[in-house]
Amino acid sequence: MLVYAEHQEGRLARPAWEAVAAAQQLATELGLTCAGAILGDNIGALAGELAGAHLAEVLTVESPQLAQYTPDGYSLALRQVIEARQPRFVIFSHTYQARDFAPKLAASLDRALVGDSLGYRLEGGRTIFIRQVFQGKFSADVEFRGEPPYFVSFQAGAFREDSVHRGSGRAKVTPIEVNLSPQGIRTRPQEKFREARQAVDLSQAEIIVAVGRGIRKPENLELARKLADVLGAEIGASRPICDNGWLSMDRQIGSSGQTVAPRLYIALGISGAIQHQVGMKGSRTVVAINKDREAPIFDIASYGIAGDLFEVVPPLIEEIKKAKSK
Amino acid sequence: MKIVICLKQVPSRDTFLKVNAASTWIEEADVTYEVNEPDVYALEEGLRLREKLGGEVIVCTLGPARAGQAIKEALAKGADRALHLDDAAFANLDAHGTARALAAAIRRENPDLVLAGLQSDDFGFAQTGVIVAEMLDLAHATIVMEIQAERDHLKVKRELEGGWLQWIEMPLPAVLTIQSGINKPRYATLKGIMAAKNKPLQKLSAQDLGLDPEALKPRQVMTRVYVPEKIAQTEFIEGSPGEIAARLVDKLKNEARVI
Repeated sequence: MLVYAEHQEGRLARPAWEAVAAAQQLATELGLTCAGAILGDNIGALAGELAGAHLAEVLTVESPQLAQYTPDGYSLALRQVIEARQPRFVIFSHTYQARDFAPKLAASLDRALVGDSLGYRLEGGRTIFIRQVFQGKFSADVEFRGEPPYFVSFQAGAFREDSVHRGSGRAKVTPIEVNLSPQGIRTRPQEKFREARQAVDLSQAEIIVAVGRGIRKPENLELARKLADVLGAEIGASRPICDNGWLSMDRQIGSSGQTVAPRLYIALGISGAIQHQVGMKGSRTVVAINKDREAPIFDIASYGIAGDLFEVVPPLIEEIKKAKSK
Repeated sequence: MKIVICLKQVPSRDTFLKVNAASTWIEEADVTYEVNEPDVYALEEGLRLREKLGGEVIVCTLGPARAGQAIKEALAKGADRALHLDDAAFANLDAHGTARALAAAIRRENPDLVLAGLQSDDFGFAQTGVIVAEMLDLAHATIVMEIQAERDHLKVKRELEGGWLQWIEMPLPAVLTIQSGINKPRYATLKGIMAAKNKPLQKLSAQDLGLDPEALKPRQVMTRVYVPEKIAQTEFIEGSPGEIAARLVDKLKNEARVI
């Protein structure tokens, strides 16, 4: 088992440890050893930190060509680690970086990536991965065919950072020499930046009324605003609402937007695709109003209303007013 | 600039989906289809680049006969011609097989730029475009939110986690996967719909593309499709809208104590 430890802003962030937790667990159950791999420039300290986890070995590739992430550089480097060690599985956290280069890496070895997995189970010698299809409406069991290595990425939160098995000693850190020509790296990334300063900080909101496609027209946002007003809530939205320009991008909740954890989250006409759930599943109480009873938002809602939000929200506003005036 | 758009037909977001009796896929009867939403944005981006730089927009679709409707829509919006990869050998492909077939068709065109939506609404692999880039040995960027194109190179804005963004420079030819919301897609005009009827549409089989069935063999298979187990104990509140509102407020106040 080989686990890719992604670092962000010079730190082994949560995705790296979640991937380590997943790989350790799968390796134990399959009776495999588990090694870590880390790529970059001046990564000695990070490798040392990774070596504190219970791993057979930490493999490092250091090169100035890897100082900044590029899909060409990272897939060429990790491919050579894989060729040197021939793991059965290569595990990633399903980050934006893994989405960018893991499919390329797998394809370069003529292999598949089972991306965005939520978990796995072992069944009579078979290793079955579980992922979502149809925007989370259904789950699918997925199995590899053909020869290893098998590439898997796990969705954020599928494994817990705090379940990483710490080692009693330190794992050995082994540098791997790779061949990286500057010509092989075709893209030139510039500095990361944020668009305008975020005007709205939803991360501190106590109550959020969030709207999704089910709101249908920008005029209908008024209804959501009225509900937010009586609750003293902030307005948030799923991605398509902000894409359409109905609300500003800084109100978007999800993997590409803000992460929130209010006391109360009311989801109006939001189906609850995984990208949205990633941003709001820390909410304490979730109310979902959606016409489709099978919508994935009902998998995580505390209270579900399978109905038309345009019929339910107006009396809800009145009831809240009544309750507040008492 | 010669631009190929990878465009897929998927079940409509509004259509009611049911798992089939064998739990292998959805029940396809009564399902309505539409163009995969991120691909709609990819097409629009391709049309805009052609309007600015000249050239040609070619739609490349893999799917059964019904996918012809998605191709017609793209031609009606302004694509110049289409490739339809339609063959029994293309049924049940995984991301690798799909990319291999698309790459074989695209290679013959030798385009300057290939655009695809960042993922499909059905399988949601989010990897076909990236694999196509690898198979064609082209540079790529994913989750693109803006394109500045010159004749021989590109500058693209990528979306990263948590609201972070990054500009990437790259040579042409290249493959980009496009994020929804990058533009405002146009509607087809009546004139466009009429014109689409006379635009070239080439049907391609696995044999036409010189594809060996072995190369298309799935490397990952979906063995079962099912309704996910509920994680939360969702308490459904039923009744008339008035009753629902009253019950919900009572629960939020007295049970969850959040208002």
